[in-house]
Amino acid sequence: MASTSTSLALLAHETRRFGRFILGELKPKGKLVTPFNVVAAVILLVAAVLLVIRFTQGLASTTNLSQDFPWGIWIGFDVITGVAFAGGAYVITFMVYVLRLEKYHPIVRITVLNGFLAYVFYAGALLFDLGRPWNVINPIIGNSFGVSSVMFLVAWHFMLYMITEFIEFSPAVAEWLGWRKVRKFLGSLTLGAVIFGITLSTLHQSGLGALFLMAKDKIHPLWYSEFLPILFFVSSIFAGLSMVILEGSISQRVFRSQISPLHRVRHDDIVRGLARVCAGTMYVYFFLKVLVFVHGQHWTYILTPMGSWYLVEMIIFVLVPVRLYTQAVRFGNMGVIRVASVLTLIGIVLNRLNVSVIAYKWYAAERYIPSWMEIEITLAIIVAELIVLRWIVNRMPILREPAEEPTDGVGGHPERHEIRHKEPEQWVTST
Amino acid sequence: MDRRAFIQSVGLASTSLVAASSARADGEELRKEFVAVLVDTTRCVGCRSCEFACAETHGFPEPDVDEAVMDRQREPSVTQWSVVNRFETDDDAIFVKKQCMHCNQPACASACLTKAMLKTEDGPVIWREDKCMGCRFCMISCPFDIPKFEYDSPVPKIQKCSLCADRVGEGGVPACVEACPMEALSFGTRSELIQEANRRISQDPDTYVPHIYGEHEAGGTGYLYLSRVPFEQVGFRADIETTSYPELSKDYLYAVPIVLTLWPAFLLALSNATKKESD
Repeated sequence: MASTSTSLALLAHETRRFGRFILGELKPKGKLVTPFNVVAAVILLVAAVLLVIRFTQGLASTTNLSQDFPWGIWIGFDVITGVAFAGGAYVITFMVYVLRLEKYHPIVRITVLNGFLAYVFYAGALLFDLGRPWNVINPIIGNSFGVSSVMFLVAWHFMLYMITEFIEFSPAVAEWLGWRKVRKFLGSLTLGAVIFGITLSTLHQSGLGALFLMAKDKIHPLWYSEFLPILFFVSSIFAGLSMVILEGSISQRVFRSQISPLHRVRHDDIVRGLARVCAGTMYVYFFLKVLVFVHGQHWTYILTPMGSWYLVEMIIFVLVPVRLYTQAVRFGNMGVIRVASVLTLIGIVLNRLNVSVIAYKWYAAERYIPSWMEIEITLAIIVAELIVLRWIVNRMPILREPAEEPTDGVGGHPERHEIRHKEPEQWVTST
Repeated sequence: MDRRAFIQSVGLASTSLVAASSARADGEELRKEFVAVLVDTTRCVGCRSCEFACAETHGFPEPDVDEAVMDRQREPSVTQWSVVNRFETDDDAIFVKKQCMHCNQPACASACLTKAMLKTEDGPVIWREDKCMGCRFCMISCPFDIPKFEYDSPVPKIQKCSLCADRVGEGGVPACVEACPMEALSFGTRSELIQEANRRISQDPDTYVPHIYGEHEAGGTGYLYLSRVPFEQVGFRADIETTSYPELSKDYLYAVPIVLTLWPAFLLALSNATKKESD
């Protein structure tokens, strides 16, 4: 009896301590009134009002969608481009856990976190676009499985992949909470989660392209191809990595206090490696696009306005960045790599919007142009994601090393303990 | 059980399975003769009786009676499942009714992840309110751009012709067919109507172009059209596929289980192969 009451008291004490910890962590760190925060608050407030209007008045009240253009930027940009940008997570986990390229280990957590948040926010933004979002459970609970639908596959994969990415990321949460045993268990799930995650990503990255296969007569022949799934998959590799490069160069500044000097030294080397992979996959992508172009005998379209637009996408936003990446890797120019990553990302935005919005019904008399409200809500989604990202990075061991050394010697970054006692150049060989 | 008895019983079991499944297939075959509508545009005088009957049957506001509405090309809308358009040709005007084509293998139904869009066993393609989540993928996929979405409603519906599935289910005839005073619309099973259409073409080759629109278009549709002039002159897309649209994403869907089973095995093997000796 006595021991029960003691353990109960201990439990109560622990619960109180945990509660205080969470409450403390919930408080903002740093100054509350900063230019970013003020702008963010305004954007979020406006979006909240607009969303009330959207859900009480229907989609026409906030969007410029029409019977001819059922999908606008909430799908074409938020979901389809956002998911391509989040592709870095599966590529980096593939490199680190399957190929065991330990060099890239320091960026695993931030990349997986970015990917996870991108799926939660950008794929989650789908709910704003759904006309009848309360029925979103139908394809999940199984009262109505449309298994012949590519959308069914994409929806399920989004959901499963979010869970998978959370598992991949969960050791950081356990470290933050100081749960060592849980941390050990979660760490043991990583490889399985990674393999499942790569498989899911292969399928839903390509699946986003497959969504448009039935729109054969509506998408301009320069963009429609039966290889859309493969093109979407291949481009998600360098889209994701370019995002990792760009995001990395930003967090190096924004979260400078979080990053160990060692990581800072290694970061350029990591980025050069990623740039090399980008260049390789972009050459493959470009080659595939040329094959599709030649195979489809699309020469006649080149002299039309849509043909020029196609050349802009292919030359300025594929061929130029791939050359820049190649040159920059050779001469080690970090600035050029950043420029290449920005151009690549713009190219991906163009490509995804071309397929889903711009070259979609290119023949229509009335074009779809997003309303300012659609753009505002898209901005709000990005801002909300950044706020959550900042909150997590400032609290959990994402960029920095775990605050306390795990005594049992288990860590998501085993090399991290070792590197404390080693010089940077030795680190490459340590595991 | 000895070996012989075992083989016998397995053999028996499998024959009974085959018998059962072939019996079911026969039954299905009988039921699955899709109903269809034949539109003979050479008979249509553009009275729009079908439009009014449709609106009345499905509880939509009465269409504008003014003849002027036909001065421009109309599309079916969220309050009008079926419209008649006028096309001026060298001789005189040709009127063409436009509504859902009720494809044999509809793109919209195969696009739908909740089976809200459904090809019923009778043939009509219907939309079910309690299933739909409003993703509008059916609108992206439909080659005829038929499903319309209520953008003005917080509880939006997809609107499109249902081929009066309720009436047809009770052995009736779609409202538009019943209302047509010129017998430009005929209702029946699809094969009957194709036969009838071929009969009209062969009996009167000067009146008809030798083509039944919908016999092969989009893999075969439930609405079939006859015309005096080539179909692209009266608002039909000439570049429509002759295979069914779900066929276009079939290859991708077939690849899914292969990737889903082979990828993890391959990745696991790769991960083991890259393991260092010391681990």
